[in-house]
Amino acid sequence: MTAAVAAPHPAPKRAPNRAWKKLRANKAALVGTFIVAVFVLLAALAPVLPIADPTATNWGAIRQPPSVTAWLGTDEIGRDIFARMIWGGQASLMAGVVSVAIAVLVGVPFGLVAGYFGGWTDSIIARTTDALLAMPFLILAIALAAFMGPSLTNAMIAIGLSAVPIFIRLTRGQVLAVKTEDYVEGARAIGLGHVRIMARYILPNVLPPIMVQATLTIATAIIAEASLSFLGLGQQPPAASWGSMLNTAKNFLSQAPWMAIWPGTAIFLVVIGFNLMGDGLRDALDPREH
Amino acid sequence: MTDIILETRNLHRRFTSGGGLLSRRTVIHAVNGVNLQVRRGETLAIVGESGCGKSTLARLLLRLIEASEGQVIYDGRDLTALPGPQMRALRAEMQFIFQDPFSSLNPRMTVETIVGEPLLVHDRLTDAQRRAKVGDLLARVGLRPEHADRFPHEFSGGQRQRISIARALATSPRLLIGDEPVSALDVSVQAQIVNLLEDLKADLGLTLIVIAHDLAVIRHMADRVAVMYLGEVVELAPTEALFTTPRHPYAQALLSAIPVPVPGAGAERQVLGGDLPSPANPPPGCRFHTRCPFATDRCRTERPALADVALGARNGHQVACHHHASIPTPALPTARAGSRSPASERRFALWRAATNTTTNKESTHDHP
Repeated sequence: MTAAVAAPHPAPKRAPNRAWKKLRANKAALVGTFIVAVFVLLAALAPVLPIADPTATNWGAIRQPPSVTAWLGTDEIGRDIFARMIWGGQASLMAGVVSVAIAVLVGVPFGLVAGYFGGWTDSIIARTTDALLAMPFLILAIALAAFMGPSLTNAMIAIGLSAVPIFIRLTRGQVLAVKTEDYVEGARAIGLGHVRIMARYILPNVLPPIMVQATLTIATAIIAEASLSFLGLGQQPPAASWGSMLNTAKNFLSQAPWMAIWPGTAIFLVVIGFNLMGDGLRDALDPREH
Repeated sequence: MTDIILETRNLHRRFTSGGGLLSRRTVIHAVNGVNLQVRRGETLAIVGESGCGKSTLARLLLRLIEASEGQVIYDGRDLTALPGPQMRALRAEMQFIFQDPFSSLNPRMTVETIVGEPLLVHDRLTDAQRRAKVGDLLARVGLRPEHADRFPHEFSGGQRQRISIARALATSPRLLIGDEPVSALDVSVQAQIVNLLEDLKADLGLTLIVIAHDLAVIRHMADRVAVMYLGEVVELAPTEALFTTPRHPYAQALLSAIPVPVPGAGAERQVLGGDLPSPANPPPGCRFHTRCPFATDRCRTERPALADVALGARNGHQVACHHHASIPTPALPTARAGSRSPASERRFALWRAATNTTTNKESTHDHP
């Protein structure tokens, strides 16, 4: 064996990072990434940008339409909407990304274990998931948030935990499909252990639909945070989030439509951005598609 | 005997399905009491029609699935009782080649990772050593080193099967089991892969167990053949003995179904009546009696054991049939030649002359 190893042979060259190359060639994914990047940048730079205090009220200028002084107008107690949009973006983006991260990190391993091992492990995990899925997503999130107490952090955890069953079920289903492929049996024939088979053979092949689901769930989570804020369980006033701004704005739709248009547009754009990014990422990571 | 590398003792495998609240549990006896001995360095073929349990048997031999009963002895060790870690370590010595080259390779790994994977588990090599070894293995199976960076979907079926073989060879195994390793490939590619397996076997001193249903491939490759029917081995014989004098009625019917590429020689095909009985509800006694033209009352009640064809048979020809001594051995059409028309005989002569001048060792392998 050592003789074979020592035999001179031109070592194969490393492949260039083709996933990254493919992502760059995908225009839609670039647009999505750009949109998300702009919002993330604005949210991150909120403390240093020369914008008005998002909580400063001005009773002399309530529900003003967009103007030179207030670029996007003012809300029902005279706060600058542009400033609130940027600060609110911080809360909304965090709520979306963090809660989905929690859901993926908890849900995918459970789904993986349930689907891979089957039997009793699967029965317990799958039946619990079914029970949780029987409760509407938002009701579950509200119940959890109420139980943990009102704050943005608790709202994110509550939304994340409520989304866990979605990822368990999705992952489990994908694993059941991939598990029967010959290459998984082949991995066992080579002598690989369970952990390695799950990490190297099953997870990479079940990931694409999970990633698409994750980008979609970010949108759902942003809207769920809005609902929790509306109930006083999410972002606490006077701090802003897009969702809470939208919820307030619905009372003034005919008098001050701009109050709803800006946060609505922002949520729409971020969701589109994440979806485009997710699609591009899925295609880039699949070696079969060109 | 020390030249036995792998042995099964009364090996059983049952699959159960159903058994829910309202459905009755069905038990499928896929492998029913198989006793086989595989000699070191030989090529043993296992044949039978679809659903006879040959793939299940192949997986049992490597403990890719667990046996319901019985033992698999590899080099004196009982695989069925080996703890997990020891079993995984032993897998370096025994490797498997799958039938479908399109689902047996992880689509998200490069060829280098796929072939290098067994080395990662079983050998402590540096990255550079492993890469060099992968290059050697690819060259060994007829692929180029630059193929290492590509993904499986970029290859044809035959090339993918070569990748599978390279992966199987990575840990220098002693036993290679192929589950229909060529049946998913084009006929021209089949010949290449069969030749490759034979060369490797000769060069590396492998023991080969080949599951197949293509009798031409088996006749070409195998030293011994085991014929399976409904989970049981009904005949075990040296290849030539089986192809010239099959003793079990099922083996006779199987061999008479080989198409013969000689005009006018296709007569005397034995067509079996009825279908393969459901393995969930196998017939009692000899499992073949429902389709056997020679069946008697004894066959319906008493299960025949695998026994030597004749007392003191030197070649180890064994058959599981109560009446094998009285059943005539049919004249198989393959034995007949010279029945070609004079015109085709002349064309064959021309072709033979042409192939002899451009002497090519590989292309003459399947000469009729």
